Amino acid sequence: MLILTCPYCGVEADETELHAGGEAHITRETVGSSDEDFEDYLFQRQNPKGIHFERWRHVYGCGKWFHAARCTNTLEVFGTYSAQTTEPPKDIRDKISGKRPGWSWGIFS
Amino acid sequence: MSNAVSALQGKAYDGLVRVEEAGLRGMITVRGNLSNTKLKSAATSLSAVDFPSTGECNCVEESGLAWMSPDELLLMTPYDKAPAAAQRMSKALEKQHHLVAEVSDARAVFFIRGPQAREVMSKLVPVDLSPGRFQPGQFRRTRMAQVPVAFWMRDETTFELICFRSVAGYVFDLLCNAAKPGSEVGVF
Ligand SMILES: [Zn+2]
Repeated sequence: MLILTCPYCGVEADETELHAGGEAHITRETVGSSDEDFEDYLFQRQNPKGIHFERWRHVYGCGKWFHAARCTNTLEVFGTYSAQTTEPPKDIRDKISGKRPGWSWGIFS
Repeated sequence: MSNAVSALQGKAYDGLVRVEEAGLRGMITVRGNLSNTKLKSAATSLSAVDFPSTGECNCVEESGLAWMSPDELLLMTPYDKAPAAAQRMSKALEKQHHLVAEVSDARAVFFIRGPQAREVMSKLVPVDLSPGRFQPGQFRRTRMAQVPVAFWMRDETTFELICFRSVAGYVFDLLCNAAKPGSEVGVF
């Protein structure tokens, strides 16, 4: 069972209390974007075996969206962080680097 | 005015614990900036309890405040005091972005009383309720089986639980089933 700590309530919520929101840090393409970029935005998602960044919602709790960094292979959770950011915060990235040197995900590493 | 009745009109069950529908309760949802002094002072003066920190509930008899989310507060009052309290809250917040809604009739409240209250509750919610991990004063929104609930402890042997009125019968049945004599787990 995946257990994530909601950064807003501070409670440890198991996945039955959460709603998965898919891949995090997606750039929203809009008017003026190329067809290729728009297609990527709508349809193309990463599906890594390993480090992944996701959006989750504490749906049965405070109702807030947040971000989680975890490993899809081992279910290790590296951390959760606010939804009000377009990139993983430095402390989360440092923590992952400490455990999985040389990692990369999308444009982040 | 119509004769207001609570969802289960005080229905109760005695098993491992006593499960009891608490009757009518005034409830007001307040959304806004919880660090705003006007919001805080209106909320504390209407409820006569301290303002709760993150994940806390302060409640004395029928009046209290519960931290629902970073921008949501639940104000509880005696049922007949709720409309006036909601008006006073709106008035106090009129100059800022906010929402105040009286939701008393959308909710049901239960008491779960007895030395085995932690055990009965633990069967139904994905929360660590061991002594030391969940204490009187803490407030938790979660799910109970298939529906959203919120609860806190009045004291070491009493839980108070809020759910939507439309699922009051379902929640009562869940609690009674978990409190059936002979179904003790004895984990705490
Ligand atoms: Zn939360």
